[in-house]
Amino acid sequence: MTLLSVRDLHVTFGTADGDVRAVKGVSFDVSPGETVAIVGESGSGKSVTANSLLRLNFGADVRTSGQVLLEGRDILAMSDEEVRRVRGREVAMIFQDPLTALNPFYTVGRQIGEAYAVHHPEAAKKELREIALDSLHKVGIPEPGKRIDQYPHEFSGGMRQRVVVAMALVNSPKILIADEPTTALDVTVQAQILELIAAMQEEHGSAVILITHDLGVVAEITERVMVMYAGRVVESAAVADAFASPTHPYTRGLLKSVKSLDSVRHERLESIPGIPPSLINLPSGCPFHPRCAYADSLGRRCSTEVPDLRRVGSGSSACHLPDERLLDLLGGSHEQ
Amino acid sequence: MSSDVVLEARSLVKWFPTGSSKLLSRPTDMVQAVDGVSFRLERGTTLAVVGESGCGKSTLGRLLARLIEPTSGSVMLDGSDVTAADSRELLALRRDIQVVFQDPYACLNPRHSIGQSIGTPIRIQKTLSRAGEKERVRELMGLVGLNPEHYNRFPHEFSGGQRQRAGIARALALSPKVIIADEPVSALDVSIQAQILNLMEDLQRQLGLSYVFIAHDLSVVRHIADRVGVMYLGKVVEIGDPESVYDTTAHPYTRALLSAVPVADPRSAGRRTRIVLTGDVPSPVDPPSGCRFRTRCPKAEARCAIEEPPLVDAPGRRASGHLVACHFPD
Repeated sequence: MTLLSVRDLHVTFGTADGDVRAVKGVSFDVSPGETVAIVGESGSGKSVTANSLLRLNFGADVRTSGQVLLEGRDILAMSDEEVRRVRGREVAMIFQDPLTALNPFYTVGRQIGEAYAVHHPEAAKKELREIALDSLHKVGIPEPGKRIDQYPHEFSGGMRQRVVVAMALVNSPKILIADEPTTALDVTVQAQILELIAAMQEEHGSAVILITHDLGVVAEITERVMVMYAGRVVESAAVADAFASPTHPYTRGLLKSVKSLDSVRHERLESIPGIPPSLINLPSGCPFHPRCAYADSLGRRCSTEVPDLRRVGSGSSACHLPDERLLDLLGGSHEQ
Repeated sequence: MSSDVVLEARSLVKWFPTGSSKLLSRPTDMVQAVDGVSFRLERGTTLAVVGESGCGKSTLGRLLARLIEPTSGSVMLDGSDVTAADSRELLALRRDIQVVFQDPYACLNPRHSIGQSIGTPIRIQKTLSRAGEKERVRELMGLVGLNPEHYNRFPHEFSGGQRQRAGIARALALSPKVIIADEPVSALDVSIQAQILNLMEDLQRQLGLSYVFIAHDLSVVRHIADRVGVMYLGKVVEIGDPESVYDTTAHPYTRALLSAVPVADPRSAGRRTRIVLTGDVPSPVDPPSGCRFRTRCPKAEARCAIEEPPLVDAPGRRASGHLVACHFPD
């Protein structure tokens, strides 16, 4: 059964310099309890895609089209009131910086209680406090009885992110969207938060959509990965397949750029040449072709024709290279 | 092995007063940001300093370049004492130590062209004429992989990676001996990080540069460092060759830090044992007695609270110059 189905999502921001086409025709499905990663570099459209799922792209001129079907209901077609009922209850979201997600003037207990009260107006004050206390305990905050009456500034970065996770999960949402939830945290704290998200997912049975640039995080906790480049999904596959035999040259480049803990001193790193394209002035054809090592081998096609996402091997890839070359050229090329 | 030390830190200490409120804070409250750090950097090599937020690694970098004054201790550059230099001597020393920062956008003046920004140190030091400066800047731009024809463009017209190239070019303008690089790639995308790291290694080889590379990313460090120092709460807890520190880790904190790094290999997920540290880093205003890591250490015993472990040869690893500050090293 499909829990969430995104169909041909387009998001365009009108700016003084021209239209920024941040998301161009993204489609994907999420099943209940599944963990999906959306990976990409700055400007790839991963966060805009995530925000679209809850209609959180704000701006003077935002144009969104396509469908975001949550159990068949189109979030993009809902009234504002209906969307508010979905937000935080059926689909919750956590962001990179916990400090901007928390109100500095209220105690964390009150904020967690409020996240529950929004969808349960009948709840009594005493009940809200108990729920907040229980949530703080579950996300592993020591001395919850004392911490519940403290303010966000009294918490460390990792503890704040725990509070945000507690708020997001207080209504047992069906989907948790986590946009770079550990990017601002130290690596030992990141490990704690990732474990927490996985444990909470187990308990609530929520699906998790994880937005990240960190392929290590993807490999650690997700089952399926979508790689975005310049507003499009260029590869989608099971994590094990995408890492062992990527079927898109960009994914391959990304994996090769990852520095490993057991790399050899001063060994030359492989990198993707060039820079990510400007979304206002995208290259013609495949947006990756100016940086792609294989583009020349296909003549002019890469610079004239946008490749569709098609089935390759066990996943999908948006590349003009023929299947056998994709599987062959890139397959198993990610040595450790 | 003959040693040719270019930069040496001797028992560097930096305590900052926490003077936020005179009413509430005792006048003796001090953040012990760096507390007795010593090391030697050999010419043409890279020393990496790793640690988490608040461990004092950036403060250490600033002390080395004397952007801030140490509370005690000294920094020696090719035998002369940086920390004792008067302002005239310091100006000369600045030619030899330059800094590259994390956010190149924050250290490029948005109203100056990229060429002007790169040439700023030359103008301050008056090492070249205006015409000579321009020529040198173009040469530097070529060296770091920027198009010299973009001399008159402004910082906003460049990508993050290109701006970091400009930051590196500016650091190179006076042909320094040592570059302190404070998280030079952590604000960049993965594919761009590799480009900048390769560039830094090329420049090191070409120009014989010595780097102090400050970072939180252990994978990056493994790649670039000739020697790695791990800091925790203002102290170096372990230092040595990367192979020795990573593969035969002696300190429990280093071990936890390494085990927490997510590995981009789904096959290894679940197979590695992760040591999850409990709790938060204690406040540097009032660090734990004895060993500063003991409050979170799985191996801590009574002795750890009383006696501070000195930084000494790790057992059985003397040959590699691997030092550790722990009563119960592995």
